[in-house]
Amino acid sequence: MTIPDYKNDLTIIDESKPETQEYFINMGPQHPSTHGVLRLLLTLDGENLKKVEPHLGFIHRSIEKMCEKDSYQQIVHLTDRMDYLSCHINNEAVCLCVEAGLQMEVPERVKVIRTIIDELNRLSSHQLWWGVMGMDLGAITTFLYGFRDRELITDIFEETCGARLTMNYNVPGGLMFDIHPNFQKRTKDFITYFRKKLPEYDDLLSNNIIFTERTKGIGYLSKEDAISFGVTGPTGRASGFACDVRKRFPYSAYDRVDFKEIIYTEGDCFARYKARIDEMWESMKIIEQLIDNIPEGEYKEKTKAVIKLPEGEYYQRVETARGELGVYIVSDNKKSPYRVKFRSPGFSNLSALDTMARGNKIADLVATMSTLDLVIPDIDR
Amino acid sequence: MNFSIYDFTGFVSSVDLWLRSNFPPLVADLTGFVIIAICFLTFVTLLGLSLVYIERKVCAFFQQRLGPMRVGFWGTAQTIADIIKLIFKEPLITKNSDKFLFNLAAFIVIVAPIMAIAAVPFAKGLHVLDFDIGLFFITAISSIGVTGILLAGWSSNNKYSLIGAMRSGAQIVSYELSVVLSLLTIIVLTGSLQLSVIIESQRDGWWIFKGNIPAVIAFFIFIIASTAESNRGPFDMAEAESELTAGFHTEYSGIKFAFFFLAEYINLFIIAAVGATVFFGGWMPLHIGNFEFFNNVMDFIPPIVWFFGKISMLIFLIMWFKWTFPRLRIDQLLTLEWKYLLPINLINLLLMSLVALNGWHF
Repeated sequence: MTIPDYKNDLTIIDESKPETQEYFINMGPQHPSTHGVLRLLLTLDGENLKKVEPHLGFIHRSIEKMCEKDSYQQIVHLTDRMDYLSCHINNEAVCLCVEAGLQMEVPERVKVIRTIIDELNRLSSHQLWWGVMGMDLGAITTFLYGFRDRELITDIFEETCGARLTMNYNVPGGLMFDIHPNFQKRTKDFITYFRKKLPEYDDLLSNNIIFTERTKGIGYLSKEDAISFGVTGPTGRASGFACDVRKRFPYSAYDRVDFKEIIYTEGDCFARYKARIDEMWESMKIIEQLIDNIPEGEYKEKTKAVIKLPEGEYYQRVETARGELGVYIVSDNKKSPYRVKFRSPGFSNLSALDTMARGNKIADLVATMSTLDLVIPDIDR
Repeated sequence: MNFSIYDFTGFVSSVDLWLRSNFPPLVADLTGFVIIAICFLTFVTLLGLSLVYIERKVCAFFQQRLGPMRVGFWGTAQTIADIIKLIFKEPLITKNSDKFLFNLAAFIVIVAPIMAIAAVPFAKGLHVLDFDIGLFFITAISSIGVTGILLAGWSSNNKYSLIGAMRSGAQIVSYELSVVLSLLTIIVLTGSLQLSVIIESQRDGWWIFKGNIPAVIAFFIFIIASTAESNRGPFDMAEAESELTAGFHTEYSGIKFAFFFLAEYINLFIIAAVGATVFFGGWMPLHIGNFEFFNNVMDFIPPIVWFFGKISMLIFLIMWFKWTFPRLRIDQLLTLEWKYLLPINLINLLLMSLVALNGWHF
């Protein structure tokens, strides 16, 4: 049986099935696998997807507008609530942007600590993603395994900065506190532990025949499409688009560590999955290089109580667990910015969903969406 | 009354005799029916409760957590509390649903497995329906349940339910074939569909050991196909909570939801019971040919313990699948059945016929 080529021809009418007609399903905003309040309007023919339209706005909190009223120190707090799984990296983006505006050089110690916590944050985000990915495909056990390992990282965060999820550890000019005395030891313990546990992830999912059958060749995104949609992060790199901001435009301490930019060319769900798994290994490599070499010094550069950026436009990009986050600040030399724009990775990645999922089945849509690793508050802001 | 835990025949017939000697024949028959019905309903309820608890605990241990711990000792009263909650919940019926079919579906789903359980041989003499088409009866009756699922999906007037029901229909009808063919492979050896005869034929060893390689292949196909037939993970396409929210029972609440839930676990029990009876000798203890001493030691363990022991092993195996594997996609599921399991099954049946004809089995 040949499946009609819905992907390229929307006007196809299958003559052999004159009785069938397409129908719509609203997937979400309350649905277990949209991971939040995302509404997808699916056009279906039986189980085959003809069109996927994401509808946004259910968790829009006008963060960008709120930024126009807040001081630069306060903006940092708001970015926690965008991509809450890479909150530290979000905070850092704003801080780096403000520091660049003030032409301030932060101490080496701050750069290294920020990088370590960035990578821990990326690890914890990918662990959660791995658990949820398994759950979306019906293997609920992976969810608990992912959380089991993530718990250790959140414990480290809790000890260091007092918060487990929305950490808010960065401030313009440095960090809010110095690291906890146990930080280095616990992080090293965690890395030793997780190096043993990560192969377990492969045993449970990556090498499972059902899993590979469900993900290989599904949700294909070509390199050209990835670039034109602005798909970044592991999603973009799985399509062969070398877009790692840490490599291309190094910030903090990424210029002095040795790590590989994970690039796959298959562009399917399995490539995106492998890209994230490999990224976890690379993150551990980065942490291991830095954890024993944290330079002594101040944990914070002194800033004025009221920060005023000189008139102008500032842009800073960082690599979150999902892709490239851009912070664009327009300042008119007041205590709060004139305009702030966040280029969030989730939004661009989601825009490619229709291209990826068209022609596949409903179950494939869930797998595809899961490998995009969507965080809805990041998309809606 | 001569009660023996090794052989219930005497006990059952003495109860029967007592009824017949004290009441007129019609009343005696009716009283017998009522007693059996009460026994089964109690058993089914207890079975559902305990299997839900076991499933939660097994899944918890697979997932490195404790599961229910608060209500009762080690959370043993948790399922009772859940059932009470479900009974007192408002049975919501959506406005545009077909109310008659909507209500009927839940009953069909629960009645089918309860009827099938009547033919399950629990121990020697503890067997309600023992006619010559026993195995056929179980497979036929338990597959009526799919009608309930299709009705539930259709009458809910919900697209998720409908997709779930259609998936489920395609799935159960397909896998029915494999289940029956794999059972037929053993029937070639026993020559009877009567469950007591099948069990008796395993007096000198279970078919999984005696039946040579085809019996082992048949068992693997049986366990895969019956997991699929009962809509359990990794074949829980009909529910597929990450795709279809809850599939065919999305719109059900309260006690009707509990019916679907209970039916799943009774089906699980029936599958395990059929598997245990056909492949592992039912209540028959483990015997090795003419090894008298060993056989006598094994006979010391009561048949009912053997029966429930074997069933527990099979149920654990099926739960293990569910909590380990990701879910298949619907087209992969049908491919697995029609392109792999069915041809293997047919060849296996042929192979078994050759084995049986030439007497290559033990």
